Amino acid sequence: MAASESYPDDLRYHPEHDWARVEGEEAVLGITWYAQDALGELVHYEAPEVGATLTKDGAYAEVESVKAVSDVIAPLSGEVLEVNQKVVDEPEAVNEDPYGEGWLVRIRLTDAGEVDALLDVEAYKAHVADQ
Amino acid sequence: MSGYLPLTDADREAMLEAIGVGSVDDLFEQIPEGVRFDRALDVPAALPEAALVRRLEELAARNADTSRELSFLGMGIYDHYVPAVVDTFLSRGEFLTAYTPYQPEMSQGVLQAIFEYQTAICELTGMDVSNASGYDGTTVAADACFMARHHTGRSKVVLAEALHPQVRQVVKTYAPGFGMEVVEVPHDGGTTDPARLAAASADAAIAIFQQPNVFGCLEPAPDLAAAAAEGGALPVAHVDLASLGVLEAPGRYGCAMAIGEGQSIGNYQSFGGPHYGFLAARGEFIRRMPGRIVGETTDLEGERGFVLTLQTREQHIRREKATSNMTTNQTLLALAGLITLCWLGPEGLRELGETCAALAAYAKERVPLALAFDRPTFKEVAFRTPVPAREVVARVREHGVHPGYPLGRDYPGLDDVLLVALTEKRTPADVDRLADVIQEVTR
Amino acid sequence: MEVIFEKSKAGRRAGRVPAYDLPAAEIPADLARARPPRLPEIPESELVRHFTALADRTFGIDTGFYPLGSCTMKHNPRVNERAAAIPGFRDLHPLQEEDGAQGALEMMWELQQILIEVAGLPAVTLQPAAGSQGELTGLMLMRAAFAERGEHGRTVIVTPDTAHGTNPASVTMAGFELAKVATTDRGDLDLEDLRAKVDDRTAGLMLTNPSTLGLFDEGIEEIARIFHDRGALLYYDGANLNAVVGRSRPGDMGFDIVHYNLHKTFSQPHGGGGPGAGPVAVTRALEPFLPAPTLVRDGDVFRLDHDRPKSIGRVRGFAGPFAVFVRAYAFMRAYGPALREMSDTAVLNANYLLARLRDVYELPYDRLCMHEFVLSARTLKREHGVTALDVAKRLMDYGIHPPTIYFPLVVPEALMIEPTETEPKERLDAFVEAMRAIAAEAASEPDVLKDAPHRRPVRRLDEVKAAKEPVVRFAFEEQEAPDRIETG
Repeated sequence: MAASESYPDDLRYHPEHDWARVEGEEAVLGITWYAQDALGELVHYEAPEVGATLTKDGAYAEVESVKAVSDVIAPLSGEVLEVNQKVVDEPEAVNEDPYGEGWLVRIRLTDAGEVDALLDVEAYKAHVADQ
Repeated sequence: MSGYLPLTDADREAMLEAIGVGSVDDLFEQIPEGVRFDRALDVPAALPEAALVRRLEELAARNADTSRELSFLGMGIYDHYVPAVVDTFLSRGEFLTAYTPYQPEMSQGVLQAIFEYQTAICELTGMDVSNASGYDGTTVAADACFMARHHTGRSKVVLAEALHPQVRQVVKTYAPGFGMEVVEVPHDGGTTDPARLAAASADAAIAIFQQPNVFGCLEPAPDLAAAAAEGGALPVAHVDLASLGVLEAPGRYGCAMAIGEGQSIGNYQSFGGPHYGFLAARGEFIRRMPGRIVGETTDLEGERGFVLTLQTREQHIRREKATSNMTTNQTLLALAGLITLCWLGPEGLRELGETCAALAAYAKERVPLALAFDRPTFKEVAFRTPVPAREVVARVREHGVHPGYPLGRDYPGLDDVLLVALTEKRTPADVDRLADVIQEVTR
Repeated sequence: MEVIFEKSKAGRRAGRVPAYDLPAAEIPADLARARPPRLPEIPESELVRHFTALADRTFGIDTGFYPLGSCTMKHNPRVNERAAAIPGFRDLHPLQEEDGAQGALEMMWELQQILIEVAGLPAVTLQPAAGSQGELTGLMLMRAAFAERGEHGRTVIVTPDTAHGTNPASVTMAGFELAKVATTDRGDLDLEDLRAKVDDRTAGLMLTNPSTLGLFDEGIEEIARIFHDRGALLYYDGANLNAVVGRSRPGDMGFDIVHYNLHKTFSQPHGGGGPGAGPVAVTRALEPFLPAPTLVRDGDVFRLDHDRPKSIGRVRGFAGPFAVFVRAYAFMRAYGPALREMSDTAVLNANYLLARLRDVYELPYDRLCMHEFVLSARTLKREHGVTALDVAKRLMDYGIHPPTIYFPLVVPEALMIEPTETEPKERLDAFVEAMRAIAAEAASEPDVLKDAPHRRPVRRLDEVKAAKEPVVRFAFEEQEAPDRIETG
């Protein structure tokens, strides 16, 4: 079952509808409820390799539904430490739980200063309302 | 007003009124004046249907088709028998006049037919996945190179020189756009040397050879596949579907993909097209396949149904990152191929291969010319001619027989080689006639 | 229903192949087939019933109205089929000596002359197999032309955001980079955005005109100037040529390269997805680069010229999809100069539908249209939760093939409608009534739409399942032994 619309307070957001949960030197990344709703049920997650380098605002992965494909944009720069294998096996986990089971990668940040440029939840909600 | 246009004057007036304009010309005022075309098209006058057919028949009468000449032409396009059931179904309006099955509930029949075609191609080639068809036997080779480029990250294409020259030409036309370069491996006495292919395949993305090859010779295909793989290149066999009742499936001797021209199964010669190219691959390549693929699924009530699947590979969704720009494919011609394969069945396909091979063996015995290559063959035989092969062709045709293709047109060193093709439509008596005429003109 | 492989029974067969009284040929054991392919074993009677059932489960133009935008689903005159089946065309080998193929070559030459007149450009190749291959050919021509001028820095192709997906895909396959240009509120190319994106790195533009919105670009002369002033070239995607034959010519609009879709404008049947043909016309300056061989006339003799040193090379086998040429030629000769009335009627039919539907569906670009137009189901979605997809599926229950949906991408909930010229007014009126009835149903009983179709051989299909666990060939009960060599 698809999750209902939500944007957790503890996350930072990128205008391309990606979120980051910053945990010290590391961060967990995913796509927002809005993004998964726009795509529809996901059927494929083309994940990056562990060790790959992410550049803020650059594409690092792809997610696909039946009728759409979307680049996933990195909200922060870093190196991939872990890929969520559950989403590789069951991409619909993103639809069911975009901020929990449906996370995409864990990275080691290369520039923690970038976090400040991301949107907080209120700014992101305002951005979504404009779409 | 052409009979293809159904509006009456009254219709037109009512419609213009509903639109709120005075005339059809008003509808074209949106075109800037500077680029309007304001004279009549200078094209030949309209012909009513009977006159049109007469004109077409006049043109057709000036062609020496295979009903007017006893033909042994092959070299990629063959005069195999097309069963009557093909004509029956290719003229069914539902198949003939449907578009790509984007709306599966409207198109279950054509979707299922494509699914069955994919299955048949996989069975013949020993592969896991086939697309719904490509343009022809040349462009599928370019498609395979594009797949290999992305799969391996390498940029070198290796082509056996004994691969059809037009296939090689098309690959060379496409390769620069892919950022790929092409190297060719010469033949040795009519077939490709595995050691030379292995050497060329080092650092290559793909190596393509043809079985049977363009000279009609049987390549040491398992050795060539292994040689390509040794260098890390994807081994790809370009094969003739009509041979696959008697020759081994490429998937069973280590090929990553099998490609080819489907015309020999179910399509008329039609001066070169349209026919269907086929492209089948091992399962790992499914997301890199070009063009349409049909998959099985279920409907709301759990009934079996078919849909276009993995469409995110394709241009209408993935756009500049698509696996191919292909939209139109060759579904109707592929359907003809499927129907023919079902009509033949496994026994018929084997018999087809056996009959062609037996006729070719008989031709080797009867035709009073030396063999150009000392190699096993399938349905085509290359003979050495005492004068340039073009001259032999010209002299033999004066007797109402077309003896085959002068290979010197594509291979400068082979001006004295004539390629003779045998299909099941030729008889031993036809071969005798060919032998007699050649005897007479080369005496 | 069962697939044909499930109807197989060992020992049955349809066709028999001649067997002559000849010794069997030797196939070396290591090259011979080890086990036969599992083709169906079926008698001809059941084979005919199987494919008849499949035909019955397929909807073509012959079945009913098929207003699939961008695809030009017009009637396919049957004389064209008779023409293609004349033995002198059908059974002609492509490598026949030219003296034995003069009728075929003359027909192709005449076809080229008509195409030249229609496009307003002086040289044509018939070789490309489809529109998308015509695009690729056109881009290769650009590359060759700039390479000869030493302008290797021209690596960017501009396309509008309304472009067909084939355009950007062709750009990538031809080794160019893509620059996208926005569309104005009127549906024209945004000239300001365009000027900002055209520079010395620009190789050219790919444009469909009328656009995929069904609108003729009012700024076309200025667009051509912008590119030509920078030394860049213009490519005309002929997908929508059916709107303007005899009314406006791409060559006169300033395009240097044009592809035609013979299967759209000139009535080659679509065949469930193909075949097609994508001839390309060019200016004199680009003619030397056309794919080889080209067709030439020496007095009364026609021949293929392979000696073309500047050619980009071959893009397809032999001389192109010849039987498509026969049909297109027959179609054009049946019309003669009245080809203009073909386009006139296509445009009239489209504008009539637009006039009669604009009060019930949203019209994002409020202008007269050309041969097609785009409506939006956005209001239905907002007010009743009914999407363009639901409207499309419900149309099936009215016996009408849905229009193209969700394209172009710049229109949300798009419904792209192209009636073509071969539909009588009664068919158009029936479509209008169906579309209006569906809009009413969206308000009164939206669930009927969401569950549609109700009267097709299958209900709505699970495309997610098909994509997640792809089953792309029949799974035989007895699986093949995994004895093949894995390499590569």
